[in-house]
Amino acid sequence: MNVVPFINKRPRGRVHVPTVTLAHGGGGKAMKDLIDDVFVEAFDNPLLAPLDDQARLDLAALTQRGDRLAFTTDSFVVDPLIFPGGDIGKLAVCGTVNDLAVGGAVPLYLSCAVIVEEGVPIDLLRRFARSMAETAREAGVDIVTGDTKIVNKGACDKIFITTTGLGTIRAGLQLSIHSVQPNDVILVNGLLGDHGAAILGARGDLALQSPIVSDCAPLHDLIAILLAAAPGTRFVRDPTRGGVATVLNEIAEAAQVAIEIDEACTPIRDEVRGFCEILGLDPLYLANEGKIVAVVPAEQAEGARDALRAHPLGGAASIIGRVTRGEPGRVTLRTAFGGSRIVDMLVGEQLPRIC
Amino acid sequence: MKYVDEYRDRAKAAILTREIERLAAEIARPDGRPIQIMEVCGGHTHSIFRYGIEGMLPKSIELVHGPGCPVCVLPMGRVDDCVAIAERPEVIFATFGDAMRVPGSRKSLLQAKADGADVRMVYSPMDALALARNNPQREVVFFGIGFETTMPSTALTVLQAERDGIKNFSVFCNHITIVPTIKAILDSPDLQIDGFLGPGHVSMVIGTAPYEFIARFYKKPMVIAGFEPLDVLQSIWMTLRQIKEHRCEIENQYARIVPEAGNAPALRAVAQVYELREFFEWRGLGSIDHSGVKIRAAYARFDAEQKFAVPNVRIADPKSCQCGEVLKGVIKPWQCKVFGTACTPETPLGALMVSSEGACAAYYQYGGVKRGQSQSPVEAGAA
Repeated sequence: MNVVPFINKRPRGRVHVPTVTLAHGGGGKAMKDLIDDVFVEAFDNPLLAPLDDQARLDLAALTQRGDRLAFTTDSFVVDPLIFPGGDIGKLAVCGTVNDLAVGGAVPLYLSCAVIVEEGVPIDLLRRFARSMAETAREAGVDIVTGDTKIVNKGACDKIFITTTGLGTIRAGLQLSIHSVQPNDVILVNGLLGDHGAAILGARGDLALQSPIVSDCAPLHDLIAILLAAAPGTRFVRDPTRGGVATVLNEIAEAAQVAIEIDEACTPIRDEVRGFCEILGLDPLYLANEGKIVAVVPAEQAEGARDALRAHPLGGAASIIGRVTRGEPGRVTLRTAFGGSRIVDMLVGEQLPRIC
Repeated sequence: MKYVDEYRDRAKAAILTREIERLAAEIARPDGRPIQIMEVCGGHTHSIFRYGIEGMLPKSIELVHGPGCPVCVLPMGRVDDCVAIAERPEVIFATFGDAMRVPGSRKSLLQAKADGADVRMVYSPMDALALARNNPQREVVFFGIGFETTMPSTALTVLQAERDGIKNFSVFCNHITIVPTIKAILDSPDLQIDGFLGPGHVSMVIGTAPYEFIARFYKKPMVIAGFEPLDVLQSIWMTLRQIKEHRCEIENQYARIVPEAGNAPALRAVAQVYELREFFEWRGLGSIDHSGVKIRAAYARFDAEQKFAVPNVRIADPKSCQCGEVLKGVIKPWQCKVFGTACTPETPLGALMVSSEGACAAYYQYGGVKRGQSQSPVEAGAA
């Protein structure tokens, strides 16, 4: 019984001050207390527990799950940190889980690197760590390693989080943007633009009271259902920054095909449409954090859509368009009004129009 | 969505396009030269592209996208002045979003922000006034830009600042007025325009009388148009009907918003705060007499041009740029020598490539859909 490592018996440290100071980044007891109190407390899992410089993963167990690893990383700098439907913690887990899942991977492990500006309340950090832990549980992943840095006031905007994710891809599953071909069908799993509109609304500088809630959610389960219903699925991507318009342009460009979408079939809630009308924005370019764009063979499209609709995150799943033999790289929108226009990549950020 | 979807009704659009086709056939010129209708306002240009309206019109009708994008026509020298003010350490520079990307000779406001200038995006001049109230130790400068549509709100903000005794607020005034500009276009020797769609929201402020000279002296029809796609189609139809009936009148399609006499309180505020400049420089069109306003001496303490020394250097448009000819309908955007090559939305040379309301940017981004090619993307098989 004496072989239990000492570290596991060490009582967890506690932070007794209200805000983060540079001392919490100094490598000494204050830093250990912060990591214990905030992160270990929330993430609690056997791979993290030894608190070594690295998590050690069992290769044999991984190889039983598939024949490839998926590996991805993403940084989160959202402003505001808390928004309707989520916060930076939830976003940091969902974003990386989804980047794994859209490649057909089962997400398993995450790392979490946090950069904190001095002066941030410890309770706020605790909230985000708990939010990460909760979302990780929901997504079936463990946060197994991490890093914390404290920087001077002004050197970052309160909190930045970077998560890196590892997942496995089962043998035989090949999703590739290059396999997209004419006649394929474009599917989305629900209402578009909610996250972008929620964030813009939550920034509060628009003096607009909006009831829009971010769609931020882990999508691995939904994607598994899609792949079961449409085994021929060519490609899946999550339309985050740049929205659906950007993803469609990336597909058209990479696969050298044309894509035509139908505005009347594109699901956007009235609140988001109204929000965009007032601000002069185009919802097709607004970010989503709980949506996929999937390209499936035409004969599997309806089955895929119906399967998505049966999932809690796919209630408004719709077929929004199809791949054609038109000019390679071109995305066009058939407007509900009866016209047609090109949907191009954004040059920079969407900027609201004057009048 | 109520009060929006009614104006985007596909069935009504189909009826209007049929009527437009019928009229267009009746007034077609024997030499095949198309009927050119200029939409003066950038808001219309935006609607035309966003809803794909050009592709719904017969080939014999050509839309010419006019000068009514205030962001586009702002000359480089003025942008340089903005940047110079914004880069002062005590200044918070408040601007509408789409003015951020307009290139100056050195940099845009977006680049100035990246270099450390405190540039904030606002949705109303009142937001800028609130910034001034909340930052008493800083100088807040609002970038006043736009036609008569935005002119009153800037004027009312200046009056509010005066009432509230706010001392750290001023306006860099680049407001411009539409009528002298339409006149300049009408006076141009290479003009080919057959009729105009008049600016809806400018007219909401100034009313319909200021356009009468267009019908009376220049013998051109004008229809003041709303911004929803059915508004635009109906206004095109009304213009064609005038052409067919050999009438030249100022008609008001947008009567639900535009009163014949304009908006009296707005006009009072405008008259109280601004006076006409002798001339104002337009990107692409050159200097046009009495086409801009400045803040009256009585309100000089709210005038950023008085408060801060601005370089006020005239920067000529690039020689290769053919914005002026595009604006007058002499050439189409893609016929310009530098369209899509030296001049793109990432690196705009000319005014019209700057904002999504500019004709060239709109063609570059939304355009290129060949007429007749726009057929249904989602066929029965998919849905």
